[in-house]
Amino acid sequence: MKFGVVVFPGTWSDRDCGWVIDQVLGAELQYLWHKDADLKGSDCVILPGGFAYGDYLRTGAIARFAPVMEKIEEFADRGGLVWGICNGFQILCEAGLLPGALIRNASLEYRCQWTNLAVERTDLQFTSKCTEREVIRVPISHGEGNYFADPATLSRLEQRGQVVFRYCDDTGHVTNNANPNGSMHNIAGIVNARGNVLGMMPHPERCAEAELGGTDGLKLFRSVAESAMKVLVS
Amino acid sequence: MIARIVVTPKPVVNDPQGITVKQGLATLGFREVSDVRIGKYIEVSLEASSEHEARQRVESMCKQLLANHVIEDYHFEIETDGHRRK
Repeated sequence: MKFGVVVFPGTWSDRDCGWVIDQVLGAELQYLWHKDADLKGSDCVILPGGFAYGDYLRTGAIARFAPVMEKIEEFADRGGLVWGICNGFQILCEAGLLPGALIRNASLEYRCQWTNLAVERTDLQFTSKCTEREVIRVPISHGEGNYFADPATLSRLEQRGQVVFRYCDDTGHVTNNANPNGSMHNIAGIVNARGNVLGMMPHPERCAEAELGGTDGLKLFRSVAESAMKVLVS
Repeated sequence: MIARIVVTPKPVVNDPQGITVKQGLATLGFREVSDVRIGKYIEVSLEASSEHEARQRVESMCKQLLANHVIEDYHFEIETDGHRRK
């Protein structure tokens, strides 16, 4: 299982993701420079958090034109696993790999805090280690994580079960108070219809070791690593 | 030529910046203000053989990069004898 972590100028969570993959999970890790037009045999490509190209114009707007993105789009078309976290989610939306957009937090504040997430899909390669309706605790760190989609797109997402994570309280209830940024339907993460492209605002790489206050994020990394093993075996 | 492009959040998109500025204006006594929307102004200098051609190119720039059609609307004007604002 080989993870490829993409590095744009301005990416800042690449080493955190790399640490979890390499040191905590013990999986194979390689960094992919934004100018690389080669994914070097990665089985799962992670677009980590940060401010790619300074987030100039709009978050993710310039990053989507990087040479590596063309390869990622082809990879996703072939069913490859693509995982966008925070800025990575914003880039996937700009690139059209996921529907909708992420706009300024309703509070106008940059929010850096723990959130509870209701896991609504456990049949995905990203979430197979989670249990049905599990509540996981994962921190957010963003100023523009307010998920927006037009009504038709939103109802399509809901009908097809493409909402993977929703902000909730610690008992799993999806409430306005649990919504840190104004996201429609408390959406924290969505997947494409095929189930191989995941975008999420919270940072699982920041809660993969007990020393950091929680290990729920590791479940997602483990899910990806183990689902790849199953494919190899079958 | 100069293209003067204005990008605004779509009416259906919540604009927290606009709401906050509206509240600020109300605090200053501008109670007649019913709505504020905050967008971007982009000035593009370009070479083109005609205004028509410039219009087509700028339209394409807006669609591909300058505006995100999910959340933003845009409009622009072309000044054939335009100069950059100093």
